[in-house]
Amino acid sequence: MTNFFDDSSICALATPPGVSAIAVIRISGTKAIHICNSVFSGRDLTQVASHSIHYGNIEDKDTIIDDVLVSVFKGPNSYTGENSIEISCHGSTYVQQRVMQLLIDKGARAATAGEFTKRAFLNGKLDLSQAEAVGDLISSDSANTHAAAINQMKGGYSAEINELRTKLIEFASLMELELDFSEEDVEFADRTQFKELLSLIGGRLTELVDSFAHGNVMKNGIAVVIAGRPNVGKSTLLNLLLKEDKAIISDIQGTTRDVIEDKINIKGIDFRFIDTAGIRETEDKLESIGIGKAYEQLQKSAITVYLFDASEVTAEDVQNDLDNIAKEIGKPTDNVILLGNKADLASNEQKSQFEALGSPLFISAKNNEGIEQLTNQLISMVDQGKVSESATIVTNNRHYDLLSRASIAIDQVRLGLDNNTQTDLLAIDIRSSLDALGEITGEITTDDLLENIFSKFCIGK
Amino acid sequence: MLQEYDLIIVGGGHAGCEAAAAAANMGSSVLLVTMNMGTIAQMSCNPAMGGVAKGQIVREIDALGGYSGIITDESMIQFRMLNKSKGPAMWSPRAQCDRLRFAELWRLKLEATPNVDFWQDMVSELIIEKEEVKGVVTGMGVKIKSKSVIITAGTFMNGIIHLGEKNISGGRSSEPASTGITEQLNSFGFESGRMKTGTPPRVDGRSLDYSKMEEQPGDENPEKFSYTDTKPLTKQRSCYITYTNQETHDVLKTGFEKSPMFTGRIKGIGPRYCPSIEDKIERFSERDRHQIFVEPEGWNTIEIYVNGFSTSLPEEVQIEAMRKMKGFEKVKMFRPGYAIEYDYFPPMQLNMSLETKGIKNLYFAGQINGTTGYEEAGSQGLMAGINAHLKNNGQEPFILKRSEAYIGVLIDDLINKGTDEPYRMFTSRAEYRLLLRQDNADLRLSPKGHKLGLIDDIRLKNVEYKNSETNNLIKYCKTTSISPDEINSTLEKNETNKITQKRKIFDLVTRPQLSFRDIINSKPSLEKYLSNLGIFRPQIEEQAEILMKYEGYIAKEHENVEKLDRLENLLLSNDMSYETITALSSEAREKLNLVKPRTIGQASRISGVSPADISVLMVHLGR
Repeated sequence: MTNFFDDSSICALATPPGVSAIAVIRISGTKAIHICNSVFSGRDLTQVASHSIHYGNIEDKDTIIDDVLVSVFKGPNSYTGENSIEISCHGSTYVQQRVMQLLIDKGARAATAGEFTKRAFLNGKLDLSQAEAVGDLISSDSANTHAAAINQMKGGYSAEINELRTKLIEFASLMELELDFSEEDVEFADRTQFKELLSLIGGRLTELVDSFAHGNVMKNGIAVVIAGRPNVGKSTLLNLLLKEDKAIISDIQGTTRDVIEDKINIKGIDFRFIDTAGIRETEDKLESIGIGKAYEQLQKSAITVYLFDASEVTAEDVQNDLDNIAKEIGKPTDNVILLGNKADLASNEQKSQFEALGSPLFISAKNNEGIEQLTNQLISMVDQGKVSESATIVTNNRHYDLLSRASIAIDQVRLGLDNNTQTDLLAIDIRSSLDALGEITGEITTDDLLENIFSKFCIGK
Repeated sequence: MLQEYDLIIVGGGHAGCEAAAAAANMGSSVLLVTMNMGTIAQMSCNPAMGGVAKGQIVREIDALGGYSGIITDESMIQFRMLNKSKGPAMWSPRAQCDRLRFAELWRLKLEATPNVDFWQDMVSELIIEKEEVKGVVTGMGVKIKSKSVIITAGTFMNGIIHLGEKNISGGRSSEPASTGITEQLNSFGFESGRMKTGTPPRVDGRSLDYSKMEEQPGDENPEKFSYTDTKPLTKQRSCYITYTNQETHDVLKTGFEKSPMFTGRIKGIGPRYCPSIEDKIERFSERDRHQIFVEPEGWNTIEIYVNGFSTSLPEEVQIEAMRKMKGFEKVKMFRPGYAIEYDYFPPMQLNMSLETKGIKNLYFAGQINGTTGYEEAGSQGLMAGINAHLKNNGQEPFILKRSEAYIGVLIDDLINKGTDEPYRMFTSRAEYRLLLRQDNADLRLSPKGHKLGLIDDIRLKNVEYKNSETNNLIKYCKTTSISPDEINSTLEKNETNKITQKRKIFDLVTRPQLSFRDIINSKPSLEKYLSNLGIFRPQIEEQAEILMKYEGYIAKEHENVEKLDRLENLLLSNDMSYETITALSSEAREKLNLVKPRTIGQASRISGVSPADISVLMVHLGR
């Protein structure tokens, strides 16, 4: 189960994510200094005075990851009131990620949103008036975390984790069946099948854990969805941004039937641009699927770039389109950038009527004009704190943490099976792995096992 | 006419009996009101106590000074330790009892308990003043005053018995239902519901051919339930196993159109893990047979309980179907199986002490709370009896944690999750099952029982002796070496690696291939050490072996418990206004208001309260 009140040491990036000169990673908890010391070459941090700074390397075995400055704060004289460390490292995403993963490997846990502040509060470092704010922070985070995390997982990973978990539940149910219903006339699955299943799950978990190091599992970056009616130049815009031909471009309306996306780094911040099918009323089944997907993307996007043909439509049309999208996705379209394309074909009068909608930007994708205005606008939205990339890094590390835990627990089960360990002991490790996987998918185990048994087996006298 | 009592207990089943004994032994004056003095502690369903998870509960009741373990030991006709091939957390004692003796012994035990009075009548009304219970009014119109009341109504409240197309008002075969209480409590805002359970036919043992069935004898070395000096069995009766078959199923199906289950006449929710035979056939049609346990009802009686054949089909279908089973060709039926529907009160309306939230000093225990099983009922009765006494004497309630006892798991589940089907205990409901073993219930609970005044000084001393000598023995094994000469032949015989130099005894105990006994046999000095432990030697030896063999896992569980305990120690006040905490989800606000948890730990187990909600609560508590 989730631990709400533990001494485990937590770590998180304290500076805004993305590329910068310097990034600060914070660790807090009883073992914070010890954990940092185990990856730090330089002075023995366990022996140094509080409030002191030390130069040295962060190393993974013999590989130097970065040279850093480490500040040591001993509890209770720290922000959280616990032993705390601040590592100032170089600001590339790679270094940040590697240092975080190393700390997790050494026993730290990726902090949840607001956790440093929560600990500070619980340790009497903040006054009561701040409680409400911390509470809101925690609840708003949790509402979005799982959705965000699932959204960030590439391709079939989230489905795969779910599937692994379902298989494990089956497996665990069979174990529990053996334990609680040994008197019943039911067949228990044989150990060989168990071993095969575990080796499959274990292998897949190891692969997933390993691939974190290469960034293969999670999508980083702020999701920017490009939406609009068919044939307004969405794919051309995307290609321009990506400077390569990824999307299928043609003059036939409704060409982009799938969702196309790619990542681009603008001034050190990762953006994920997502091209969608043009939105219009259609009878074409295939096309409506594409449009459905477009709405899904809009629902999950951090920023929407709404592209319209400035030479053809009116401000009223654009407003109607936006209202329509808001209705379809069931929430107001926040953080929208209105972008008038084909500015070269539109007259000044045509352009000025759109001022009623706020301050739209105008570009000519075909002539590669005005793109910089768009990228500046994106950056300024990040600077103003309207959107952030931090959730990505947090969930990313949290998943790494949970997958590692699940993987270790599965290894324990396999070892146990090889040693003919008793079923009730095996069950303990299976439960830990289920808990870890459940935390990723946001599902809770408690009654799943009994439910599964009752629905599948004829139990009872 | 009658004196004022400290406590009135309504109902004389397993819950009522334990409640009466506990409160009386603690010093309360108790009146047990039962509709029939002849059916006190009646085993309404099968004549057996214990089983997986339930056996652990009986051991816990005994360790707390309850009587179920003692009565079981003194009335059992067969003992088996189930799951012996599994780890020690799974070992579960189960006994077949003599039904008549069981009830008689309970009655005699209560009669011999000072402070317990009896009154035969139906309670039809509670005396309630200002949301506080003050006594009861009986069907005969007798008013009896008391400081508190425990209702343990079993299946009697508005009970309806279903048998084929017939349905009869009744609380048990040939016994009337009770009326009045549900309606009165509803008028005070209590929510009630309907549950359903069933029982199989009883048959004439002389009409069965046991040679056609599999014999299921008791254990060769039977153990027992109670930690007191009750005696283990020296002779036992066997049970038998037979199976249904396609023919049985075909006959049963002819009754389906008259089945109260399938025609929708039964509205109550029945337990999925205790399905009727018609349910098994319908839901698991791919199975061509189902196991039937043929269980004697006592030492001398010829009555047989047909376990696994619970049914509410018409009686002629029941007997016809049984006749198709091996060994049952000429069966004579004594009484048919039936289904029964009864009222229960969703248990989220209770505090952890089993006192109702709506009416002070009113407690519920047993099936009225949506549970099923003698053991579940008995343990709730015990806890309600203890808590009624404590409250009358101005003391804090006695609440067991999930990490301390199955009883703790049971009550915590009921109060925080509620239940919509009859709740039975399973080991998988306990997150710390490795700690909640049948062998250590006394170590876990008897010191608490002593503090309550339910365990005498001698028993406590024995438990303390067992505990300290177990620790000493483990220390001895960790510090005493064994040489290759002493142990290698044993290692070879058990197909585990030989040792090349001296090793500590402990290191060898942890090898799964070896039992402690193997090592003792190879090490005379260890045998000598153990022989000084006296009559508790077997218990100490077993305890030490378990603790050594599973040390790693047990330590891990203890670690988890400690973390959880910190949450359990964060108290929430009863008048916390959850509506004002806007950061909580709306579902959490509603559920927290309903349950009014005592601790953060309890709050974390309420369904609908998320981890984020708990973090928010902790922040609001301000550490």
